[in-house]
Amino acid sequence: MAFVVPKETYNGKVFEVEIGAGDKAVKFGGENCLPFLGFEGSIPNKPVIAHEVQDVPPSDWPETVQAAYKDVSGDPVTWAKHCQDSLGAQVIALRLIGTHPDRENRTPEEAAKTVKDVLAAINVPLIILGSNNAEKDAQVLRAACEAASGKNCLVGKAQEANYKTIIATAMATGHKVIAMSDLDVNLAKQLNILITQMGFDKEKIVTDPMSSALGYGIEYTYSVMERIRAAGLMQNDQTMAQPVVNDIGMYVWKAKETIATEAEMPAWGPVEDRAVGWELTTATGLLMAGSNLLIMRHPKAIDAVRKVVNDLV
Amino acid sequence: MALSGVEIFKHLPKTNCKKCGFPTCLAFAMKLAAKQASLDSCPDASDEAKSFLGAASEPPIRGITIGAGAKALKVGEETVLFRHDKKFVNPCGFALAIKDTDPDADIDAKAAAVAGSEIDRVGQMLRVELIAVMDASGEPSRFAAAVKRAADKAPDAGIILASSNPAAIEAALPAVAGRKPMIYGANAGNADKMVALAKGAGASLGVVADGLDAMAELTEKIKAMDFKDMVMDPGARKAKDMVEQYTMIRRAALKKDFKPFGYPVISFAVNGDPFMEQALASVGIAKYASIVVLSDISTWKTLALIALRQNIYTDPQVPMQVTQNIYKVGEPTADAPLLITTNFSLSYFIVLGEVENSKVPSWLAVMDVEGLSVLTAWAAGKFTASKIAQFILESGVEKDIAHKELVIPGYVAVLSGALEDKLPGWKITVGPREANALPAFLKNKA
Repeated sequence: MAFVVPKETYNGKVFEVEIGAGDKAVKFGGENCLPFLGFEGSIPNKPVIAHEVQDVPPSDWPETVQAAYKDVSGDPVTWAKHCQDSLGAQVIALRLIGTHPDRENRTPEEAAKTVKDVLAAINVPLIILGSNNAEKDAQVLRAACEAASGKNCLVGKAQEANYKTIIATAMATGHKVIAMSDLDVNLAKQLNILITQMGFDKEKIVTDPMSSALGYGIEYTYSVMERIRAAGLMQNDQTMAQPVVNDIGMYVWKAKETIATEAEMPAWGPVEDRAVGWELTTATGLLMAGSNLLIMRHPKAIDAVRKVVNDLV
Repeated sequence: MALSGVEIFKHLPKTNCKKCGFPTCLAFAMKLAAKQASLDSCPDASDEAKSFLGAASEPPIRGITIGAGAKALKVGEETVLFRHDKKFVNPCGFALAIKDTDPDADIDAKAAAVAGSEIDRVGQMLRVELIAVMDASGEPSRFAAAVKRAADKAPDAGIILASSNPAAIEAALPAVAGRKPMIYGANAGNADKMVALAKGAGASLGVVADGLDAMAELTEKIKAMDFKDMVMDPGARKAKDMVEQYTMIRRAALKKDFKPFGYPVISFAVNGDPFMEQALASVGIAKYASIVVLSDISTWKTLALIALRQNIYTDPQVPMQVTQNIYKVGEPTADAPLLITTNFSLSYFIVLGEVENSKVPSWLAVMDVEGLSVLTAWAAGKFTASKIAQFILESGVEKDIAHKELVIPGYVAVLSGALEDKLPGWKITVGPREANALPAFLKNKA
């Protein structure tokens, strides 16, 4: 019985999104087949990894990942430049966590200044993330969008509760937007529809299905992503054809496996390898489900994921 | 390939004799299609029907068991490409590769590591199930000695005898008699001898070929020798080839009914870079490998792989649940706060993580609502004031705490009045809606 390669035919294609400008601009998405199945489609861009930096020192990060940035994380500009110049970051993701009302409660104006300063110091594309407080993010991201006007950033996250302000500003200031919903394929679709109904280009949206760490619900994210891809590629559903971002650092580095020291959990082995491996395994798992953009923390995990990505294409 | 009830019906006697226990032949056919009945129940089935339906009722991917006893590993029998369609059936096995040229002390240590690899994750006992003894020496006696050594040290492990030399396999088999080992493996050159050895020992057979065309040819050749307990290694060692080859194999077996690929896959993640090995193993876990071979099973590495396997093979229709209990977070005193959430594993993990982050020792009441999240359980009437009150009173937590204050999730703030009625003398405090606000909330309280 002769073997004939069973190829799938796809009607759709993941939209290609470009962020940043000039020769450092970065593209992701654009494939017209399921993840890494190059034998039956074209995969013009590799998945991209963004290094996460924050507007305030990462005092709440576990020791292992804090230590990796201990000399630079006192200020976001130094931190971002370090990622770009010393770690070869392809993209910087600036999280304005200090604007959260339960944290430093920084003002939108302060956030805007941080964005301006970081943009002035780097030439790789910038992702601007709020603090995940829907109400505050609407104000903060509006100010941030304006401060970064024309720089073709990726801004987020727009959620059901706050998308109107964020989308309107992003549209006026020329940015791409991350649309996040709560781990549900229908909610993801609905949010994309709501956003496009405002006149925002469907090809400028990046979907955040809401990530979860390995061991803490990754299977939900995984299956929502596989279903999004199936809808976008097999059924050519244009509201499900957006590239997917996985903002994993914030979930991975809350897992006990990345925090507990070897003294606390002797059976679990050395904390650094374990924690880096936890971020790596989370990332690799989600790459299998179609991740186009990963926002990550530990430089060693990022290096390892780069190697995996090169092995996958 | 699964047959529809109507297709099966065509091969039945159509007498509606009811001897099978169903009212009509069509009803029986439907049960057969759903695999809820066996053709043996029909006394009048023709031989033609038996052979046709027998072949069709074979699972599209054969189930293979390695090892004997309660800890035997069964792999294969998968039915879908995507876990959201249906649960992946048999979680892949992990194997630790041990070279026969390793010093005895290393062989002992590695085999002991496999034997002691069991960990508890969300109430499931999970482990590295297999040892693959690799013939690196080329000397049958040395190989046989290493197999015996490893097998004795890890009496519950399934053993893979990895040599392409039939003489080495023959020498090693007595040490694993009765343990249903796997021989890895058969290739185009040695298939006759390997099949004979596998048949004699009741072993399964790893089949090694370079690429998928050669693999299809070889499994057919072996099947023609009346041997079916095969596991395939089509040669992928690079992540891209793993994803592509294993997808093609799974698709061909399930969607094209391509019998030569109706067997599980063994994947070698072995790599000099430990993180790369971890990632290659992750690729195998997600993309259809049934056995993943590693060169090292340090806990820092396998902890993640065991979690990924558990997550990928979780039933997407049945939420993972945590046992109902009052859990201690840190070392809570009698004055420590008492919080309640539901037993949906994600709710539990997220709340637990945030309470841990707060560094405020607490009592966490986890209530059985059949694995639903807080809001869903409330909407479904499983997380109501009277049920919560009953749980708290019956839990005995009153003996552990000196206060009578319960913190409920912000999403069910509406329950606070009714709860104070049902729990006389208790103060109900409404906590934050989202778990990530718990650290600030608990620090404020403390």
